[in-house]
Amino acid sequence: MTPTPRPGDPAITPALVAEHGLTSDEFARLEAMLGRRPTFTELGIVSALWSEHCSYKHSRPLLRTLPTKAPYVLQGPGENAGVIAIGDGLAVAFKIESHNHPSAVEPYQGAATGVGGILRDVFTMGARPIALLNSLRFGSLDSARVRYLFAGVVKGIGDYGNCVGVPTIGGEVAFDPAYDGNPLVNAMCVGLLHEDELIRAVAQGVGNPIIAVGARTGRDGIHGASFASTDLSEESQARRPQVQVGDPFTEKLLLEASLELITSGAIVAIQDMGAAGLASSSAEMAARGDVGVSIDTTRVPTREPGMTPYEILLSESQERMLVVAKKGREDEVRRILERWDLTSSVIGDVIAEPVYRVTEGARVVAEFPGTRLVTDCPTYTPEARENEAIGRLRARDVATTPERAEESDPAWTLLRLLSSPTIAGKRWVYRQYDTSVRTNTVVGPGGDAAVIRIRGTDRALALTTDCNGRYVYLDPRVGTRAAVAEAARNVACTGARPMAITNNLNFGNPERPEVYYQLREAVRGLAEGCDALGTPVTGGNVSLYNENPSGAVYPTPVVGMVGLIDSLAHITRSTFRAAGDAIVLFGRPTAEMGASEYLATIHGIVAGAPPACDVAAERSLIDATLECIRDGQVSSAHDCSDGGLAVALAECCVMERGAQRGAVVDLGRWPDLPARAVLFGEAQGRMVLSGPNPALLLAIAKRHGVPAAAIGIVGEVGDALRITIQQTALVASLPALDDAYHETIPRIMSRSAEPVLTSGG
Amino acid sequence: MRFGIVTFPGSNCDYDAYRAVVDGLDEDAVYLWHKDHDLQGSDVVILPGGFSYGDYLRPGAIGRFSPIMQEVIAHAGRGGPVMGICNGFQIACEAGLLPGALLRNASLMFVCEPTRLRVENNDSMFTSEFSRGEILTIPIAHGDGRYTADADTLDRLEGEGQVILRYAGGPADADEWWSPNGAQRAIAGIVNDGGNVLGMMPHPERAIDQLLGSADGLGIFRSVLAQVGA
Repeated sequence: MTPTPRPGDPAITPALVAEHGLTSDEFARLEAMLGRRPTFTELGIVSALWSEHCSYKHSRPLLRTLPTKAPYVLQGPGENAGVIAIGDGLAVAFKIESHNHPSAVEPYQGAATGVGGILRDVFTMGARPIALLNSLRFGSLDSARVRYLFAGVVKGIGDYGNCVGVPTIGGEVAFDPAYDGNPLVNAMCVGLLHEDELIRAVAQGVGNPIIAVGARTGRDGIHGASFASTDLSEESQARRPQVQVGDPFTEKLLLEASLELITSGAIVAIQDMGAAGLASSSAEMAARGDVGVSIDTTRVPTREPGMTPYEILLSESQERMLVVAKKGREDEVRRILERWDLTSSVIGDVIAEPVYRVTEGARVVAEFPGTRLVTDCPTYTPEARENEAIGRLRARDVATTPERAEESDPAWTLLRLLSSPTIAGKRWVYRQYDTSVRTNTVVGPGGDAAVIRIRGTDRALALTTDCNGRYVYLDPRVGTRAAVAEAARNVACTGARPMAITNNLNFGNPERPEVYYQLREAVRGLAEGCDALGTPVTGGNVSLYNENPSGAVYPTPVVGMVGLIDSLAHITRSTFRAAGDAIVLFGRPTAEMGASEYLATIHGIVAGAPPACDVAAERSLIDATLECIRDGQVSSAHDCSDGGLAVALAECCVMERGAQRGAVVDLGRWPDLPARAVLFGEAQGRMVLSGPNPALLLAIAKRHGVPAAAIGIVGEVGDALRITIQQTALVASLPALDDAYHETIPRIMSRSAEPVLTSGG
Repeated sequence: MRFGIVTFPGSNCDYDAYRAVVDGLDEDAVYLWHKDHDLQGSDVVILPGGFSYGDYLRPGAIGRFSPIMQEVIAHAGRGGPVMGICNGFQIACEAGLLPGALLRNASLMFVCEPTRLRVENNDSMFTSEFSRGEILTIPIAHGDGRYTADADTLDRLEGEGQVILRYAGGPADADEWWSPNGAQRAIAGIVNDGGNVLGMMPHPERAIDQLLGSADGLGIFRSVLAQVGA
């Protein structure tokens, strides 16, 4: 059936096409597919589905190169979430997703709805969400607007997850002026399911009804997906009303009702109506099942009368789901939803005819052949060329950077680094998150990785998100490899074997050659890291156009990793536990200083090559660490990363409040290296372990080919941290370390955080 | 002994309470649906934590009108034990089962962390397994936990031994009146005049396993069991 224009629809002009973000080539492609002019409704649908946010048109060819397979991967990329088996018939569904653009203009709701979306992606796989994590980037906290964004995002994340009753147990927050105008808000959700309850968002079965569930459809968020596919600008602030408003209470009801629906067996498929709303969810479910669907927009419950098919299809009103039920079991579906006070309405069905059709009552307003609306989306491989200025920054010799006078006392430098907001403790943040609901949190936020036990088994999951954007900026390939390696180290520190990752690629405008270069190289590094560490990619999200008139963010490919702990007895914490334990360094320092927190914080320099990342060596390090832990030889294990060895040692002393212990450390065994490189250099592949028997730890390291050295002894509760290196002594009291580490962010945030309503710049 | 745990729309600690009773106490637990009128033979009713009705209007303000609350109030009137935890405490106050109200935290922030509680009275149905002055570690997780009542009510509660749990120690581990939410007189938990209705903001059901940091909450459940069960 050929659709007919609705009365009042605007004429399809080149200007209207451009307004919808379609290039003339893309419009020609659309006309060729249809064999005619599109209607206004069709143009709207295509502009959303072919937006970067929905179609991944600039990243798809690259993403295909990522490793995605392992015997335990039950569901790889392409679904609402990835799924891996963890034994005993249990499986874990997990995914990360960005809400950067909305959070830049409306931090509270932008972040809250990001959490809502990722929760729905996980429970629509049949999994009960058991943990939330996040990865956040903000500009400098010196700016009142950045403090407003930071406070709003944290509150938004907390209020949403707390209300739904899923613990927010981990993540990372980093600050850098590169994110001044474009904060990054990535939310990750992890869910638990029985393998046999896994459900996929695949429409099937001619005659099966399609049901809209949950909140009514309103005029909010129309073209949100397209908004997220352009740079931020001075006008972005005016799009604040486009940011949707979350309702975690309805989400909680949806969560419970959806899991009941899945268990009932009355439904075939279920999907969140997320970006590009009804249009995208219905078209994607149809394409996955290679079936036709027909939807009548007059049957969609709306918040206000007079909404057009265009608006109904593209609305991004929150807390809505699309369900394909089994024919004849509609009443059962409705009863379950009514029990939870949720409305539902049959809005269409799966049809034999191979078309994607939308009607408004009897009138056909959109019709696409087969599943081509989804499968015919163009992909692009733009020109890639490194920005020469960045190449020069990388090549700069930073080892010769003169020391500041204050650095003659390395304790000064250490305290400065501990009070860098990126390194400093984030208790101010996670105190606002419910970390203990559902009573499975063994290790909450603040350590290397969070640990969640799997009730009824002797196993636990270790979860983390990681990325050092400065490394990736200065060398995208090495920096991304390092992100995978750091995530794996963090997970291994707790006693977990790294299993799989989800990733969130946050980049600038890919149509600029220097950004596409970063994206391409980062994906290479990601593949190399995942291959070497045996952690396939099971899904993820790409967020491009994180730019504003003053430039792009650091390329930030966030790695969200899941690790498996085989026995609860292996769970290991980051901080020193017992006086007299030996402190052993796995890995060794190098002269590398490039891209370090030291250079950025102490000298204001972002330059030099990031530390080399040898992924084979990282693998050996992880194997050695896990063997030590499984042998019961490890009292504490902590990854050595931002700020280097001195910061890692200080964190081992004070990161956990309660029974903080000092240490006596001798770093004199590397006389050929500059002292500041040993203390603050960020050489990769290192871990700080403590345990009663250093000889055993050293022997295990040796067997794995990992360089290792006993460097000190854990002190009593209240002792200072004393490090001697060459002719210098670094002495810092625990109260001084604790104050720098724990009180910096509360002090900053006690300053005003005004809702400055101009767009960042 | 059977514990009935009410599931309101938006309850999210009902599951934790269930696990605490079944795994921690090895007793019988059953979920009670808010729209029902049947306590299913429960000896003890738990009003669990969470965000009943999304905390809309005011925490607990709508939940107290759920049909099951008529039976819960009647049960309490017969002297049956009721444990209001976090949102359940808020609902119990809104329903008139307990005096006072829970206001927004003084910091205006949601706060989740382990807290130290002092047992102020161990001669109660919910604290008999503790010694007086004992310090417990039990987590809080709430945005509206600032217990507030008029001075006469507070004096009466104190005088009658109805303040059974108080936040102990602050950052300096010294100030008697310090509390993580600004509660008046650092009150963390109270009982009603009859001593059979408990309201507490900290979550004892989250402190039943040392693996997760503390098993001190188990004593609250064991006390009820000892007083009522047997």
